[in-house]
Amino acid sequence: MKVLRILAAKSGQIVTIRPEQTIREATALLVKHNIGALVVVAEGEEKPLGIVSERDIIRQIAADEACFSDPVETIMTGHVITGTPQDDLYSVAHTMTERRFRHLPIMDEGRLVGIISIGDVLKAQRDAYRGEIDTREVQLQAGEY
Amino acid sequence: MSKPGTEENPLRVAIVGAGPTGFYSAEQLFKDRRYHVLVDMYERLPTPFGLVRYGVAPDHQKIKSVTKLFDRVAQRPEFRFFGYVEIGTDVTVDDLRRHYHQIIFTTGAQTDRNLNIPGEELKGSYAATDFVAWYNGHPDFRDCEFDLSVETASVIGVGNVAVDVVRILSRTPEELARTDIADYALEALRHSKIREVYMLGRRGPAQAAFTTPEIKELGELDDAVVWVPPEEAMLDPLSEESLAESADRATARKVEVIQSYSQEIPETTKTRRIILRFLVSPVEFIGDEHGHLQQIRLVHNELYKTDAGTLRPRATDREEIIPSGIAFRSIGYTGVPIYGVPFKSSWGVILNRDGRVIDPDTQEPLTGLYTAGWIKRGASGVIGTNKPDAAETIEAMLDDLEAGRTLEPDDPSPEGAEALVAARKPTYFSYADWQRLDEIEVKRGEEQGRPRVKFTDVHEMLEALEKEAA
Repeated sequence: MKVLRILAAKSGQIVTIRPEQTIREATALLVKHNIGALVVVAEGEEKPLGIVSERDIIRQIAADEACFSDPVETIMTGHVITGTPQDDLYSVAHTMTERRFRHLPIMDEGRLVGIISIGDVLKAQRDAYRGEIDTREVQLQAGEY
Repeated sequence: MSKPGTEENPLRVAIVGAGPTGFYSAEQLFKDRRYHVLVDMYERLPTPFGLVRYGVAPDHQKIKSVTKLFDRVAQRPEFRFFGYVEIGTDVTVDDLRRHYHQIIFTTGAQTDRNLNIPGEELKGSYAATDFVAWYNGHPDFRDCEFDLSVETASVIGVGNVAVDVVRILSRTPEELARTDIADYALEALRHSKIREVYMLGRRGPAQAAFTTPEIKELGELDDAVVWVPPEEAMLDPLSEESLAESADRATARKVEVIQSYSQEIPETTKTRRIILRFLVSPVEFIGDEHGHLQQIRLVHNELYKTDAGTLRPRATDREEIIPSGIAFRSIGYTGVPIYGVPFKSSWGVILNRDGRVIDPDTQEPLTGLYTAGWIKRGASGVIGTNKPDAAETIEAMLDDLEAGRTLEPDDPSPEGAEALVAARKPTYFSYADWQRLDEIEVKRGEEQGRPRVKFTDVHEMLEALEKEAA
C-alpha cells in the first residue's frame, strides 16, 4: 500500500504558511482548516523550509505568552523529512512512530502535493485490515479457501 | 421544498459503476434508517459486479461468492439497475444532474500502466488487465488474440493480479475446465505451448505486494513447480533490518514461503516451471525481425532507504537477458476519466477530498458529485477494502444532505430517469434481465460441471433475453 492511496482522496488539502507570517496567523489557519500542522514554504518555492505544528505553538505559548506576533520561522521544526506518493505506507508508519513526528509533507517530482498525518496512516491501515478480514470471511463462508 | 430523504420526497442517488464499491455504497445508503433513499445503479456493461466477474480469477470462485451479498442489496425495492448504459456517452453527467440529488462515481480502475521502455509496442507485449479481461469473458476483450505458441512467458509485477496471470498460464487444461473461464480462452490455453513463466519483481521478497495465500497456491498447481534463485530469495541487509524492526509477521511469513521455493527442485514429473525473480527491472523488450517479442533485457537492482523509510530499487550495472516470447505488464491498474468529471491523470483518480469531487479551479467540492473505490483512491487492497472506503463517501454525502447541500433536480421521479434511459438506450438491461442471464449461465455450467458458462457477447445476451438488438 502506497502513500498515494491516502493522498488521492485529499485533493487540495495542503495548507502552507510563509516563514515570516506570525504565530497568530498560523493559529488561525490551523483552526480554520481543522488541522494539526502547516508546511512552511517561502514565497514562490515548493520545497518545505519547515513544519509548524500545534505542539510547537503550545510549547512557545507556555514559554512566552507574548509570542503571537513572532514569525513562525522562530518556532518551526526545520530539517523536514518528506515523502513521495510512491512510499510504502507501512514503512512510513514505522518511521513516523520511531522518529516521533506526526506529519509528513509529500513531494512529487519537486512539487509539494500534500501532507499526510499519522491519523491518516492509522485510518488507511485500519481500513486495509477491515477490508482483508471482510474478504477472508467471505471466502471462509464460501467453504475451504 | 423540504430536504430530500423523506417518504414523500426520497433522496435520489445515481451510482455509476456496478462493481463491488457500487454495491457497498448502495448497501451503506440503505443502512441509514434516517432517510428514504432510492438508488439507480448505472453500468457500462450489461452485467453487474465489475471486477468480481471480469477481474477475479476464474479459479477463485470463493471470492466471487461476495456477489451473494450484492444480490441481496439489488433485490431491495429501492434499488434499480440500468445495465449497458454508459455515463458520458449514452447518458451524460448533466442528464444525471436533472434527475438525481446525488451522484457517486464508482467506476474503478481498468487499465495497466505502461512500463515506458523500448520495445514495449512489440507483438507479444500486453497489459495483464487485457489478458485477465479476456480469459474472464469480458465482452470488450473477447476478440483479443494472445500468441500462446511460445515456450516462455514473463509477467512483470509481483501483485496478486500478476500471480493470477502466472497461475492461469501454468494451470493444466483439466484444472481450468473446472472453472468459469471463457470457453474461447479455455480452448486457446488448451493449445498453449508455454512451459516456463517468469514473474519479475523490481524489489525484494519482503516488498512483494502479493499476499501469502496467493503465493502459496502457486506451489500447489497440478503440473507446475515454482523456483526462486536462492540469491534473490535471500533478504538484503536493509530488508532484513527493516523486517526485524517492524516485527511484521505477515511479511515474515510471506518471505518464508518464497524462500521455501529456493531449494533445489526435487525430481518431478511436472512439466511446467514458474520462476520468481526479485530485484530485477525490464529495461528493454527485444524483438525478432518480424517485430515479435523474443527476449527481455533485465537490469539488476539494489535497494536504498528513502527519508520516509521506504526501500526503493536502484539500478546497478549488472544486466541479464532472459527468453520471453510473450510478456504481460502488471505494475498497477489506473483509472479512466469520465466526461464531465474532474480527473487527476497522473494518479489515475477522480479529483476528490474524502469522496467529494473537487473543482480543480476553486478546490471546492462540486455539489452533488461523489466518488468511492479505486477511482477515488487508486487501485489498492482487496475487494473488502472498498467497504470502509464507500462508507467514508456515504458519510460525506449524508453530512451534505443534512446541511442542505444537494443538487436540485428538475425531475427527481424514478419514472423520469427510467424514461430517459429507455429513450437513450432502449436495449438497457434491468436486474431481472441479469437474473435470467445468471440462471442460464449457471444452468449451462451445471451440464459441464462448472460454476457457470458465461455469456461473452452482448448480442448473445440480447438474444437470450429476446431483446431487440439496436
